Amino acid sequence: MAKITYHTHDNKTHTIDVQKGLTVMEGAIQNDIPGIDADCGGGMACATCHVYVKEEWLDKLPTKEDGEEDMLDMAFEPKNNSRLSCQLIVSDELDGLEVNIPSKQG
Amino acid sequence: MNKKDVLIIGAGPTGLFCAHQLGIIGLSCEIVDNLDKAGGQCIELYPDKPIYDIPAVPECTGEELTNNLLKQIKPFNVKFHLNERVEELKKNQNRWHVKTSGGVEFDVAAIVIAGGVGSFEPRKFSVKECEKFEGNSLFYSIKDKSIFKDKTLSIFGGGDSALDWAIELSSVSKVNLIHRRDGFSGAEASVQKVKELNDQGKLNLFTKYQMDSVAGDKNIETVKIKHDEGEIKEIKSDYVLGFFGLIMQLGPILDWGLNINKKTVEVNTENFETNVKGIFAIGDICYYPGKLKLILSGFHEAALAARGCFKYAKPDEKLRFEFTTTSKAAQERLGINK
Repeated sequence: MAKITYHTHDNKTHTIDVQKGLTVMEGAIQNDIPGIDADCGGGMACATCHVYVKEEWLDKLPTKEDGEEDMLDMAFEPKNNSRLSCQLIVSDELDGLEVNIPSKQG
Repeated sequence: MNKKDVLIIGAGPTGLFCAHQLGIIGLSCEIVDNLDKAGGQCIELYPDKPIYDIPAVPECTGEELTNNLLKQIKPFNVKFHLNERVEELKKNQNRWHVKTSGGVEFDVAAIVIAGGVGSFEPRKFSVKECEKFEGNSLFYSIKDKSIFKDKTLSIFGGGDSALDWAIELSSVSKVNLIHRRDGFSGAEASVQKVKELNDQGKLNLFTKYQMDSVAGDKNIETVKIKHDEGEIKEIKSDYVLGFFGLIMQLGPILDWGLNINKKTVEVNTENFETNVKGIFAIGDICYYPGKLKLILSGFHEAALAARGCFKYAKPDEKLRFEFTTTSKAAQERLGINK
């Protein structure tokens, strides 16, 4: 288990124990965190699991594949700290990760 | 009024295969899809990307899969209604009356929703004022390119649509192409072309910029764009075009009284019928415990839903299980003469 904190656009904070090996997206879906739609189910084909990663965590994340950056072009208000949460696999290294969920996905 | 046994909503792989399964058991159908071509997500999201998990097909692209499915249903002469979205649904005794956005009407015994994750709609700018100009000087698709002649356009996006239109329109209009990063997702040849045009002064490329605001009275007059580092530029613009791909919306199906579970429709696993008798849901849009969003699961669901439709279409007949290899009736329907 690793603790992942999701800040939703209604200014609520949800800290969840997410099983290692699941993605940050799956942790949100399984716990009904609002704002992560994940329409394509984790296939890097929709950009509706887009999150903003808290700056200090950016370097600790796996680098983006080309496909992820391409999909982020389609995301709602992408920024430098944008990631697709379906591409972030929860591990011990990510224990404590904090992400902000955009006000809407698309 | 189109009178058929079944209406299929969605022309993705699952909907297409359902048409095949209906045809094999002797039921007629027509297909409605909001996109301008068949193939659904396969065509819209990954036409050139390989798929490796279609049984007995080690590798194929989304486009090849779609073309093969279209070939497979050719014998049934299925009529497609593209660029149409289902809007209204009414029950009339034992039949369903359905009306689309374009006013096409259907009278059918059963409905199969194979709508993927909903109908595709263009993804829009997040800047609020954009709504005001949408349709007059701000567009997400181009219907009549002649209106842009000799005008100044600001095109946003980095995919093929944005690049292709920027290249094409740069010969008749003054084009600004704005993209949020240096990399592009569009074809490499188009990226090179855009850079060439930019070097020649035939197009203005702004990378690492995103829209900040738009302003104008009735029509757009200026657009402000903001650099990653905060700098803001104001550019004159008669038109703004946004190409950010498509997003999926469940749309009017939400109002049909179906049990909805997070953007998906609950079904049973015996024949994939919803809580409303005569309405079935298959493919990515259906939900049941253990559901996998795989094309192969959609095919299985299509086969069972097609058979589930039979009792509504032909209540006085009994459906017998047959193999296409040996069934004379099925082979006749497929137009095979032996």
